[in-house]
Amino acid sequence: MGKTASNVTKENLPQVQTPRNAGLPLDMDLVRSLVANTSAIERRAASLPGRRSVKKVHQAAWLARAITMIDLTTLSGDDTDGRVRRLCAKARQPVRADLLNTLGLPHLTVGAVCVYHDMIEPALRALEGTNIPVAAVSTGFPAGLSPFKLRVAEIRESVAAGAQEIDIVISRRHVLTGNWQALYDEMRSFREACGDAHVKAILATGELGTLRNVARASWVCMMAGADFIKTSTGKEPVNATLPVSLVMLRAIRGYHDLTGFRVGYKPAGGISKAKDAMTYLTLVKDELGKRWLQNDMFRFGASSLLGDIERQLEHYVSGHYSAGYRHAIG
Amino acid sequence: MSAAIIRPVTGTRLGENMNVSDAFDTMDYGPAPEDARVAQDWLRARKVFGHYIGGKFTKPGSTFASKNPATGKLLAKISQAGTRDVNAAVKAARLAQKDWAKDAKARARVLYALARLVQKHARLFAVLETLDNGKPIRESRDIDIPLVARHFYYHAGMAQLMDDELPGHTALGVCGQIIPWNFPLLMLAWKVAPAFAMGNTVVLKPAEYTSLTALLFADLSREAGVPPGVLNIVTGDGKTGSLIVDHKDVDKIAFTGSTEVGRIIRRATAGTGKSLTLELGGKSPYIVFDDADLDSAIEGLVDAIWFNQGQVCCAGSRLLLHESIATDFTRRLKARMDKLRVGDPLDKCIDVGAVVDPKQLKDISQKVAASGGDVYHADCEMPSKGCYYPPTLITGLSTADPLMQDEVFGPVLVSTTFRTPAEAVELANNTRYGLAATVWTENVNLALDIAPKLAAGVVWVNATNLFDAAAGFGGVRESGFGREGGWEGLRAYTRRVEKCTKLTPVKPVPAPKAALVEDMDRTAKLFVGGKQARPDGGYSKAIWSPAGKLLGQVGLANRKDVRNAVEAMNAVKSWARTTGHLRAQILYYLGENLAARADEFAGRLNAMQGKRTGAKEVDAAIDRLFTWAAWADKFDGRAKGVPIRGVAFAMPEPVGKIIAFAPDDAPLLGLISVIGPAVAMGNRVTVVASDPYPLAATDFYQVLETSDVPGGVVNILTGSHQDLAAPVAGHMDVDAVWSFSSRALSHTIETEAAGNLKRTWVNHGVQTGDWFDARAEAFLDAATEAKTIWIPYGE
Repeated sequence: MGKTASNVTKENLPQVQTPRNAGLPLDMDLVRSLVANTSAIERRAASLPGRRSVKKVHQAAWLARAITMIDLTTLSGDDTDGRVRRLCAKARQPVRADLLNTLGLPHLTVGAVCVYHDMIEPALRALEGTNIPVAAVSTGFPAGLSPFKLRVAEIRESVAAGAQEIDIVISRRHVLTGNWQALYDEMRSFREACGDAHVKAILATGELGTLRNVARASWVCMMAGADFIKTSTGKEPVNATLPVSLVMLRAIRGYHDLTGFRVGYKPAGGISKAKDAMTYLTLVKDELGKRWLQNDMFRFGASSLLGDIERQLEHYVSGHYSAGYRHAIG
Repeated sequence: MSAAIIRPVTGTRLGENMNVSDAFDTMDYGPAPEDARVAQDWLRARKVFGHYIGGKFTKPGSTFASKNPATGKLLAKISQAGTRDVNAAVKAARLAQKDWAKDAKARARVLYALARLVQKHARLFAVLETLDNGKPIRESRDIDIPLVARHFYYHAGMAQLMDDELPGHTALGVCGQIIPWNFPLLMLAWKVAPAFAMGNTVVLKPAEYTSLTALLFADLSREAGVPPGVLNIVTGDGKTGSLIVDHKDVDKIAFTGSTEVGRIIRRATAGTGKSLTLELGGKSPYIVFDDADLDSAIEGLVDAIWFNQGQVCCAGSRLLLHESIATDFTRRLKARMDKLRVGDPLDKCIDVGAVVDPKQLKDISQKVAASGGDVYHADCEMPSKGCYYPPTLITGLSTADPLMQDEVFGPVLVSTTFRTPAEAVELANNTRYGLAATVWTENVNLALDIAPKLAAGVVWVNATNLFDAAAGFGGVRESGFGREGGWEGLRAYTRRVEKCTKLTPVKPVPAPKAALVEDMDRTAKLFVGGKQARPDGGYSKAIWSPAGKLLGQVGLANRKDVRNAVEAMNAVKSWARTTGHLRAQILYYLGENLAARADEFAGRLNAMQGKRTGAKEVDAAIDRLFTWAAWADKFDGRAKGVPIRGVAFAMPEPVGKIIAFAPDDAPLLGLISVIGPAVAMGNRVTVVASDPYPLAATDFYQVLETSDVPGGVVNILTGSHQDLAAPVAGHMDVDAVWSFSSRALSHTIETEAAGNLKRTWVNHGVQTGDWFDARAEAFLDAATEAKTIWIPYGE
């Protein structure tokens, strides 16, 4: 994802570049034909953890892979340079070096660091010499209700400040009122403002009311050129869930079948356990395939997930359950 | 994070075949084996099993091997039960039954303990089931065993409520139960729990491939306080099964298995008076309309036909696709199939396990090899050894292809397309089976329109293979009869306590030496399709009064008249969809018109029988019509409390086309007692009139003609019960045969009924109750079959 640094190692690979989603004209027939059967989707989601199990060496490997997919995030009003520096240090060295060495993955890093606009600059400084991109939330995050002009301008400012990824929020009211053209136009403008920076469209699925709306919003955003679709800001009462993820992944698959473009997926909010992360990875693998298990196609928006994965990895290495304080905080 | 997902390993990753770095690249699932040690220890401690009779395991007799189909390895040796074993088991069951039936609330506690016991040993049961059957541990752990526990809980409640809610009902006695290998412990639970709840004792034979969990259950049942003799498990093959079926002291046979064996059992039990329920095969349609959530419908297919390797009687094995989506759907389906994981059933990351036995694998392979369609095998990794068959889709078959008609009982899906909802129904119902059906559409109008039209005992809307103890399960047509689960399932294990008297054949009045012929000749014909029809054979017989007076002649119907009556019933299919309100009006009107001619009918009855009870019988007949008019719009279904967000409706549906042999005595009241419930519940009925006194019936068709009864809904034949029994019961397009005749027809009817496994209700030479009693419960049961319609919801 727009990585510039040269010290590319296997752990933060694969950088298999895939053509960027060019979008489509808004196809209202397609949008209106979309359905999502909630109870069936919930059954699939509920039974998935029982259907898939990844153990031992594979589990350790999957957890390591999950780390490379984390958008290590701080989005708080009290963020400071120092706070962001500490987070970036964690991004560079997400797991204790002795553990990574034993696992044979010494250069493992997270996928990106995700901050508000004002924290882009300290983040870039702290990540210098790595190929970890900085992502900025934008467009009046999290509500997205500031003046449209300012939202577009915010994107341009953040891109100019060096953010390589922009997480925008959509106007939920366009979805709730069925104004798909407005949603499409808004997303188009955001994508355009991003330029070469990749854009993740946050649907705020917890506020869209129905899975059918999630499916439609996913498609409209992809048609309008989103590089990623993302569930949540982390600020809604309900954030990423498996049923919502299933709907969005199926939308991504359908869009890929139709256009050949691969759109990425980012569940965000509420994924704090290694076990949850594993379930998401199995869902992605089964619904979309292995290609989406690379961090240019999949990210976790998470702040506390890493801590749990670290403990699990130490458990794998040592055979003993670990403690939180044995691992550096981010 | 919970400890569940990581098991401590010895020291480090070192020592494993693959290192983390490699696995990091491949992102493969890797093996995730369930630990089978506890189950293996249990097996090793026993090795050879006897039968479980009278609360104890017997010494093993001659044995056969029980193997793990995934590996071919021997699990245990199982005894083959012979006559002595079966006799001992039935005897133990008989001895225990009386005491067991006494205290329903005590039984509730035992059933509760069994439910708890299954939960406490859940993993042992699950692992043992998977070792024995080859089904993925995910299924035995997450589906089979929890449903087993649920079934015992539910029926603990039924035992608790029996005295209050089922007054006047009693256990059947000793139940012989023969269960299949596809859901070994679950089928045991489906059979044993309701039997126990109602106070029956049991002799159960598990399938010879899969006896182990039944033996474990027997072993543990002692801890639940099941008294000795209440549960008896005998193991063996079909020979043992037939010993149970043929045993004189068994009151009821419950069988789940193939239609072929079901037919054999139907014949073997014919005329014996044994109760019988059969849950047989299927070729269940899976209908996807163009407005469905296609990805969810595809995922549903995984649970429909690749659940338990497709070895599921209600598997959605016939995919019917709306033509406009067929290409897209099939493409997506194949992509989904390629992602299925086939392999070691003990692996927790496997979708499709091993087929139960090499014999079964060969059978599936041969059936598919003989197919004329386009065969697609899932492009997934297959184990090199063991009984595995890849998930398979066959397209391009004609409706006549054996694979479209016959059950494969393997992971093989066939598909075809339809254009309209009507055509979907027609294709769906174009089968001898009628177990289950699945409908996918987002249109509630369409779903609720289609579900009642499907010939199936269970319909799932936007879901598939949902099961619960509260929801009845069972089929129509050649998928068998009887229901398991819910209140309706209890009918299979209890009966109403009623006065029974032995029937003696009522002889016709013989021709007098000197005939007295007074009145104008009246020609009583048959009544078929709303019209009077001459008998095909052109023969008649005279009906005399005891005083020697010629009362008239009636036609002697033959098999062609039966055929014509069935055609007439076919012509008025729409009757089943009429409203109860309409049917009530017609029945009331029949009563009104009969009342208008009450004296004439009373006179006829008196003249035929030489009695003075005619007026009383006519009055009772009018009353009976009013009773059934009353019921016509009041036999409501139930909304079942199933543990999903959704509802399962039990809808009483008409059985279809019924042919009944009317009682010989009560020539009018008996006739009305049969026509009333049949018509009230939406059936079409043909009644063969009282053999000795048929003229009340032939008079009655004039009442039918004046009462707005659509032609073909009620047909009346006259003639010899004895002669007509076989052609009636053998007719493949008749859904039920009832006999209240005083002639010995039961054996013939039940034997001939095996052809299409039609429902039978025969008297075995015994009069139950008396015709002045409506016996509404019994008639409502016989005139309807519960269809369970599952409708999950949520937006």
